[in-house]
Amino acid sequence: MSNLSKLQQVLDSGQFAVTAEIGPPKHSSPEGIRHHAEMMRDYVDATNITDNQTAIVRMSSIAAGAHVLGCGIEPIVQMTCRDRNRIAMQSDLLGAYSLGMRNVLCLSGDHQKFGNHPMAKNVYDIDSMQLIDNLRRMRDEKMFFSGDAIKESEPQFFIGAVANPFADPFEFRVDRLEKKVNAGAQFIQTQCIFDMERFERFMEMVRERGIDQRVHILAGVTPMKSWKAASYMQNNVSGMIVPNELVERLKNAEDPKREGLDICIEQIKYIKENVKGVHGVHIMAIAWEEVVPEIVEKSGLYPRPKVG
Amino acid sequence: MIVAQQKPINDIAQMINDCKKVLFVGCAGCVTVCLAGGEKETEVMASAMRIKRTLENNPLEAITYTCTRQCDPEYIASLDNVVKDVDAIVSLACGVGVQYLAERFKDKWVVPALDTKFIGGSTVHGVWEEKCGLCGECILHRTGGICPIIRCSKSILNGPCGGSQYGKCEVNKDIDCAWQLIYDRMKALGKLDKLMEIQPPKDWSKSRDGGPRKAIREDVMIDE
Repeated sequence: MSNLSKLQQVLDSGQFAVTAEIGPPKHSSPEGIRHHAEMMRDYVDATNITDNQTAIVRMSSIAAGAHVLGCGIEPIVQMTCRDRNRIAMQSDLLGAYSLGMRNVLCLSGDHQKFGNHPMAKNVYDIDSMQLIDNLRRMRDEKMFFSGDAIKESEPQFFIGAVANPFADPFEFRVDRLEKKVNAGAQFIQTQCIFDMERFERFMEMVRERGIDQRVHILAGVTPMKSWKAASYMQNNVSGMIVPNELVERLKNAEDPKREGLDICIEQIKYIKENVKGVHGVHIMAIAWEEVVPEIVEKSGLYPRPKVG
Repeated sequence: MIVAQQKPINDIAQMINDCKKVLFVGCAGCVTVCLAGGEKETEVMASAMRIKRTLENNPLEAITYTCTRQCDPEYIASLDNVVKDVDAIVSLACGVGVQYLAERFKDKWVVPALDTKFIGGSTVHGVWEEKCGLCGECILHRTGGICPIIRCSKSILNGPCGGSQYGKCEVNKDIDCAWQLIYDRMKALGKLDKLMEIQPPKDWSKSRDGGPRKAIREDVMIDE
């Protein structure tokens, strides 16, 4: 089994990377995951496998990642700090690596209030920063989080983290991004970008501090199906900024789905051409995975580079 | 202080439904300050219960007593003679007081009249807010005097998370984002560089995760 992450090879060789997202099902059949993985296989370099997103119970990201890997596509295992303490995290990380997974994305996770088990205790034994730091130590210093030695076969993950340029305090988001890079983050996926102006201001600060030279930043984009979806995100999802013009554009469109896709494709092209320091794009087609190939193709990102 | 709130009167009534004589015990400590279980609240609750039981043709003899503190053996010792012929004791203290009474009066049915909420203080009259998470190892010197353990919904030590917007927490727009407050204060104090240090994982064994805790001061212990 190769020790090298394909995503890392694409990014480290200076090519514009494409990642997408597959949400595991609320049941135990892998068929849907396999279908999405096979459909995306030639169009993306890797796909995120979400970890009980919005705190709704789903198939585990590592188990779903194994199905994805079986379809010949590289998973990025998402790991949140909400549900596992440091013991479970390390155990799952060893297991994921043993199954051939090479990328981990470290996140806080949505609060359980939003999910289908709002009475659950949240763990947050360690936070996303500490997870990044400790994953790096596992790999580079061959150490468990406790400092105990990993005597053999330490997991050598390509370590990812997230950044949200649309959350507050705005300036501190750049500090925190830098802090994640200092902790060991090698790639960053951003929250969905709708407010391009704010994202460009964010990237300007990132470049001023040379952070883009130290980490691969993948810009997050999401195609929207309708003005209602856009309006929902605008009003009900914390840490998102959706400009009114975007909602209006979808509202006035004859074919809103087509318009949603076109907006997404325009955004990708714009970012690739104009926003320096961005090394790739992360397409989050939430419950709309089948449009990913078209988005990639029409954004001029197909075919994907062959590596490894 | 410990902040507590009274349970619904019907819930308390149900706990003592089959008792003829009940002692209501108030506490002059924290729960007096937060207007939940002081002398006044104890008298009001006993009266309410008497009236309710009279209306239900199930008369209740309700007596009252308010201790200086229910969390000290010497102060609840004064109840020894009062409890003798009661069928039950209703404690209007925090969970500590209820347990002290239950431990001392082993043959009595002791029930709680309050829900113990948190450690905090009042902001305006009639409003109390949670301020301390009792984590066992204070970090307020690193966070500008604002506690992320209890005031951040995720207890994040290297915040804020991606859900912080317009100074508010993703959990509820009525909750200030503790990390926005920390950031603002550290910035005003010129200490933002402190926030760039990666705060290591917390030692939760010093909190309740290490099992029930005990504080020992040998220098003030009295040999018996």
